[in-house]
Amino acid sequence: MEELKQELKAKIIDQLNLEDINVEDINDNDPLFGDGLGLDSIDALELIVMLDKDYGIKLTDPKEGRAIFESIDVMAKYISEHRSK
Amino acid sequence: MKPVYIHSVASISAQNTVDETAFLDDLVFYEDNVLPAIDPNYKDFIPPAAARRMAKGIKMGVVASKLALNQAGIDKPDAIITGTGLGCLRDSEKFVSAILDNNEQFLTPTPFIQSTHNTVGGQIALELQCKGYNFTYVHASVSFESALLDAELQLKNNEATNILVGGVDELGDHTTELFKLIELIKTEKVSSKALLESQTKGVVYSEGANFFLLTNEKDEKCYAELIDTAIFNTLKKDNLPTAVETFLNSNKLNPEHVDLLICGHNGDVEHDDYYEVLTSGIFSDTQQAFYKHLSGEFHTASGFGFWLANKILKTQTLPEAVKLNHVKNSEFGYVLLYNQYLGENHSFTLLRKC
Amino acid sequence: MDQGVAITGMGIISAIGNNVAENYASLIHEKKGISRIQKIDTIHRDEIMVGEIPVSNDEFIAQLGLPQDNNYSRTGMLGVLAAQEALKDARIENIDAYRTGLVSATSVGGMDMTEKYYYDYFTNAECQKYIIAHHAGDSTQKIADHLGINNQLVTTISTACSSAANAIMLGARLIKSGKLDRVLVGGSDCLSKFTINGFKTLMILSDTYNTPFDEHRKGLNLGEAAAFLVLESDHVVKAENKNVLAYVKGYGNANDAYHQTASSENGEGATLAMQQALKVAGLNPKDIDYINAHGTATGNNDLSEGRAFINVFGDEVPDFSSTKAYTGHTLAAAGAIEAVYSVLALQNNIIFPNLNFKTPMKEFNLIPQTKAKQKELKHVLSNSLGFGGNCSTLIFSKNA
Repeated sequence: MEELKQELKAKIIDQLNLEDINVEDINDNDPLFGDGLGLDSIDALELIVMLDKDYGIKLTDPKEGRAIFESIDVMAKYISEHRSK
Repeated sequence: MKPVYIHSVASISAQNTVDETAFLDDLVFYEDNVLPAIDPNYKDFIPPAAARRMAKGIKMGVVASKLALNQAGIDKPDAIITGTGLGCLRDSEKFVSAILDNNEQFLTPTPFIQSTHNTVGGQIALELQCKGYNFTYVHASVSFESALLDAELQLKNNEATNILVGGVDELGDHTTELFKLIELIKTEKVSSKALLESQTKGVVYSEGANFFLLTNEKDEKCYAELIDTAIFNTLKKDNLPTAVETFLNSNKLNPEHVDLLICGHNGDVEHDDYYEVLTSGIFSDTQQAFYKHLSGEFHTASGFGFWLANKILKTQTLPEAVKLNHVKNSEFGYVLLYNQYLGENHSFTLLRKC
Repeated sequence: MDQGVAITGMGIISAIGNNVAENYASLIHEKKGISRIQKIDTIHRDEIMVGEIPVSNDEFIAQLGLPQDNNYSRTGMLGVLAAQEALKDARIENIDAYRTGLVSATSVGGMDMTEKYYYDYFTNAECQKYIIAHHAGDSTQKIADHLGINNQLVTTISTACSSAANAIMLGARLIKSGKLDRVLVGGSDCLSKFTINGFKTLMILSDTYNTPFDEHRKGLNLGEAAAFLVLESDHVVKAENKNVLAYVKGYGNANDAYHQTASSENGEGATLAMQQALKVAGLNPKDIDYINAHGTATGNNDLSEGRAFINVFGDEVPDFSSTKAYTGHTLAAAGAIEAVYSVLALQNNIIFPNLNFKTPMKEFNLIPQTKAKQKELKHVLSNSLGFGGNCSTLIFSKNA
């Protein structure tokens, strides 16, 4: 699980081009959207593609994403329970 | 009708043009056929959260617009009007490549969103929270002049007081290769100093952003007065002198009133003869200048020409490097710009000293 | 600036007809043009529905009499067909008799050919003719060439889904200010893998028929179309004794400045655009008899636009409908398509139905007109809302 969390942080930074942020800057419980990391609805769509491509998880409604992407903790838990790759 | 003034100018180009106080006194001469624009330090102007999705063209447009607004001391213009020939090319290329390379799978939205032609205008509005009129013109070499014409109409008719007008285009690697393939870009590298002697097909290609704050309220800082702009989808060489005279006459002027003619020569042996119709014809005794050996050619390169004209009118100096002939004037009152690309989409823009 | 702007001709090609008469017939007979995509080979075929024009490029080439080595994009061909019809409808024989400009709109431009030959260009010289036809102004130049518009003001606007509405707005201003006597205004966009995949990544494409303003709407259907209108000055109308179809009475453009692609929840941009258009027209909200809504059937648009109706019209929102259920969302062309439909509504005193509507949205009590309705119409308002926060409103009126 810890490994997955680190992997997710690195992927988020890379995929969303968060130039000035390092893996260490993101806490497992930090909100990713809004006041936390400051991600927005376009980022949510980017992360939905990442779930599909890297973990074989298909979401059809962008609103589902928002709950899953609440924090690294929540995201890692969801992925480990639902991943098909 | 109200007069229209250019209140501020900002340019990002293949030359050192970001510093407003300088005027082509640190020229860069190239020996190439593609000239990337010189990057300002974008981080000084764009917050990282916004910059992370922006390709170069968007960054250039956003920074040039900020420079123009800051200089004019305007927080929020009444309208934002931009021109771009090829739009946000890098994102378009990125999205097409992704579609083809991944067989339409696992595509992400960002390059698609950013590829929209009005991205720059929309981004500027979003950041300034500017809810006014917001148009983007995309008509090849008159993209910038269309924006100018629109602003001119609104300001003359007093429908707005301050309008941000700009032109922006960026280089895209794939498109550059395609343009080389069909010789829109010269196959050989050319010296900036010898562009007009090249005698070959195609142009030296580049990119850039040129933004201006136009207003109908005079201010001591004004660069120049915009008298009129006209665009023509086609013009035969034979009709060119009549067209320019008609344009001048409609503004109660004659060719003799023009103190400086600025032409869009780009070194394309097949199309530079349009300019020669004027330079060796009705304006043969008029002082003449050109600029695309410095800026390179792109659909909104004439925005650089407009920047140049404004600088000349404000400083009343003509840099040696842009002189096209040896006629000398002691004063610059009226400056006329003429531009076309591939013999199509011609424009006349007339400016006067403030 | 107090001139009237008369509409004296119209032309259109869309998924519900190849000309104005066919489009009108489909509108009143509730015949929609939404189907599975046929002409583009996409892996999304079974997940999306589109408003595709059932005519191939080769058929268009034959119809237009283009040489085999032509480099027309589909956008260009659709544009020429619609513009030709408009010119004919306005009975213009000598294009040079007046200063006649052209303002077109597109978002796709030559992308249909670019995406087809993107890599082939390097190995196949035959397709290289399309490289120079990629830029958005190319289809406009093709239309001008085809109609014999020379030495004139010709330009192109691209502000995403409000593009053609903005072309009409600029045209009206060019007439009003006396810069032109006559101008063809409109827009053209063809379907492409680029837009299909683009909207797919935004997760706003419906897998079935789009249902504007319905609580259970699932997103939009993309469409392809072109439409043009001839605008003429009072002077030309009088001198030529022209038959006037309607007038462009008001127009407004505002920016939502909220999000790059989504509309604000409170519909501020659309509200400002409608208010501006009413002001230019010198009309009150109660003067509007029918609204042809943007109504794309995305969750976001219909909510934002509905709220904007309430902002502008309060408890007295006029009869409204979206015609996107017929044509799909035709992007940059939509404003011109719906301008033609608005004029047809005025001419025939009829409100076209908002197809596929079943359940009112829970956020407000707005119910679109779901059956064709005969009613005396004087003023019709049409919205076009796009990416980059671009919001445009046009008002068409029976009288100047």
